[in-house]
Amino acid sequence: MKPALVVRDLSRVFDVSAPLLNRLIERKPRMLLRAVDGISFEVPQGGCLSLVGESGCGKSTVARLVTGLYRPTDGQIEFSLGDSGDRIHAHMIFQDPYASLNPRWRVRDIIAEPIRELGLRDGESATRARVDELLGIVGLSQRDAEKFPHEFSGGQRQRISIARALAGEPKFLVCDEPTSALDVSVQAQILNLMRSLQDEFGLTYLFISHDLSVVRHMSDRIAVMYLGRIVEEADTESLFDNPLHPYTRLLLQTIPDIEAPRPDVPPATGEVPSPLKPPPGCTFHPRCPEADDRCKREVPEVRDVGHGRRVACHRVAEMLKRNGMSALSA
Amino acid sequence: MPDTLTDSPMSTAASTAEPVLRVRNLSVSFPGRRGVLKALDDISFDLAPGEILGMVGESGAGKSMTGLAVQRLLEPPGHISGGEVHLLGQRIDQLPEAQMERLRGKQIGAVFQDPLTSLNPLFTVGHQISETIRVHLGGSRRAAMDQARELLRRVGIPSPDDRVNHYPHQFSGGMRQRVVIALALAAQPRLIIADEPTTALDVSIQAQIMSLLRRLCDETGVAMLLVTHDMGVIAQTADRIAVMYAGRLIELAPVHEVLRQPRHPYTRGLIGAIPALRKRAPRLTQIDGSMPRLDSIPQGCAFNPRCPEAGPRCRAHRPELSATPAGKVACWLNDGGVA
Ligand SMILES: Nc1ncnc2c1ncn2[C@@H]1O[C@H](COP(=O)(O)OP(=O)(O)OP(=O)(O)O)[C@@H](O)[C@H]1O
Ligand SMILES: Nc1ncnc2c1ncn2[C@@H]1O[C@H](COP(=O)(O)OP(=O)(O)O)[C@@H](O)[C@H]1O
Ligand code: SF4
Ligand code: SF4
Ligand SMILES: [Mg+2]
Ligand SMILES: [Mg+2]
Repeated sequence: MKPALVVRDLSRVFDVSAPLLNRLIERKPRMLLRAVDGISFEVPQGGCLSLVGESGCGKSTVARLVTGLYRPTDGQIEFSLGDSGDRIHAHMIFQDPYASLNPRWRVRDIIAEPIRELGLRDGESATRARVDELLGIVGLSQRDAEKFPHEFSGGQRQRISIARALAGEPKFLVCDEPTSALDVSVQAQILNLMRSLQDEFGLTYLFISHDLSVVRHMSDRIAVMYLGRIVEEADTESLFDNPLHPYTRLLLQTIPDIEAPRPDVPPATGEVPSPLKPPPGCTFHPRCPEADDRCKREVPEVRDVGHGRRVACHRVAEMLKRNGMSALSA
Repeated sequence: MPDTLTDSPMSTAASTAEPVLRVRNLSVSFPGRRGVLKALDDISFDLAPGEILGMVGESGAGKSMTGLAVQRLLEPPGHISGGEVHLLGQRIDQLPEAQMERLRGKQIGAVFQDPLTSLNPLFTVGHQISETIRVHLGGSRRAAMDQARELLRRVGIPSPDDRVNHYPHQFSGGMRQRVVIALALAAQPRLIIADEPTTALDVSIQAQIMSLLRRLCDETGVAMLLVTHDMGVIAQTADRIAVMYAGRLIELAPVHEVLRQPRHPYTRGLIGAIPALRKRAPRLTQIDGSMPRLDSIPQGCAFNPRCPEAGPRCRAHRPELSATPAGKVACWLNDGGVA
């Protein structure tokens, strides 16, 4: 399938140094944080690619780069042309539905803003009708249009954000932890809504979450991130059935599983190192049960290993063998 | 699949021992301008030595309120407006505050979501832990510091000899939560109240902390009230589940029973709403609507507007907790009843 979005060698570096004067006086060096470090991926049209990883691994930074809220330090972000011949543009749904809605505006105006800004409807009555229609699509009533955000529950507020994102008639939605602030019963409502909107309007999703069970429910493909890089990318089923990268395996071993609770957890799973001082070589090596000397020196490149998968690990050939998969001859 | 957790010898022994905590008909009220809000309404449960009781429910259901009421840490005007709380056989809901304060550090340890609320940024962690030991158990400074090192080692902090001299900000989030657990254990309490202890942590760290808490309960016999909105955490760690809804306890049973056969329609909905890890369903089971606010709790069963099985009885009368083969449930459908 034709990709809706192609991202190549994307990096974003933040300067987190103390102010220049302090640096001069205290002789502190400049500090650079590589939040996203040379990542590449594609999102097929009408599909859903998810980024997962622990907090601080760079997921939200990717979301902000893709939607133009940050400028890349390096690399390309390319949306393809949609059916209408216009370039596809992305809208974003955020984790905190309250912070992303203007508290002083009525819901009607919040949802109407992108319609007015992009001139998608002629005149006030057509705009009104469109807002009412959008409220219906996300499961709210027309009466809700006259209320303010604080009058709604978290789940309802997330519905308002979705209606607002849909108002711009996007083909592509970037969803950054859209249900992380919600209770599971409400999360189920929102995930069901997002899946049915995808089918109905042929939307493409770049979906971001730290919750593997949510990601499994939503995505066709999954990219696992660790300290600013993609360490493994595969289709959803293969990743869950046959995780190859030791970090993916760690994540899968540690998610609480209500179907088969395991009291015993691998004890030495360590902690995520500071992104300001990433370990040399493979940044996962201090936590990796498979690490050898080479891992401490050389950064593993993300390689295509066949089976439609990409993995960044020096010892991937062994992992493939262990999982009974044929290694791709290099 | 193995189900060893809930069948551990500890939990069977636990069910016959005298309870560490006994809560009976506990209610908590907040008087306000527009009348009195009942945040907890007639809650009863026991906690045995070494047992972990996991308390789940939607945001605002009253989980944290239960933990705070037991510790007598309610923010005024909130107060216990009915019922009794017994700790190790002693009634504590009416104790004078001075006595309660001593009990809190000594018999009840607390672990909150944000480890920084429990730690003082100005003192080393060794100082904080050893002072707690000295206040509650006495002994010399040096002996207390040795015990602090031992506690840090026990909660899995590498090189505890150096770490006792470090300040809270020098630890990562997961390590800080370990320090808080060491601090909660310092006075050798019989009860730990842990309110969302891993919600702020990443899954791989969460798994470490939960298995640590489980191990400590098994080894020391300390009982734990584990408040969380995450059913997965409870499945992994707890012996029994208490499900809360709109200030009421609506189901109470051993973990494996609840996961295998949830009896309350709300519990069924909660479990069904969790996306499965094994297979991908086209749609998740969803519970429509949202939990009522305290000032507009429906008449009858508070869950009736969202319940797919509600009948006329549910809208008129409130079901009380009644016995099931392995636990308790508050639903008219229990034991072949009619809704
Ligand atoms: N000061 C207060 N005045 C009135 N009501 C209050 C007050 N503090 C809390 N409440 C109410 O008491 C109820 C129970 O709150 P509690 O904090 O126990 O919820 P919870 O189950 O822990 O939720 P969460 O998952 O969000 O932590 C809520 O409806 C809350 O709004
Ligand atoms: N505006 C910023 N300035 C400086 N550092 C930032 C900024 N935004 C993110 N970071 C840092 O970049 C890293 C990745 O952050 P983020 O993309 O938010 O992670 P995630 O969403 O995966 O939790 C983190 O170390 C974070 O502290
Ligand atoms: S490269 Fe080495 S340290 Fe990194 S994941 Fe592979 S085996 Fe582990
Ligand atoms: S009592 Fe009635 S409304 Fe309440 S949970 Fe049972 S069936 Fe549903
Ligand atoms: Mg983020
Ligand atoms: Mg709470």
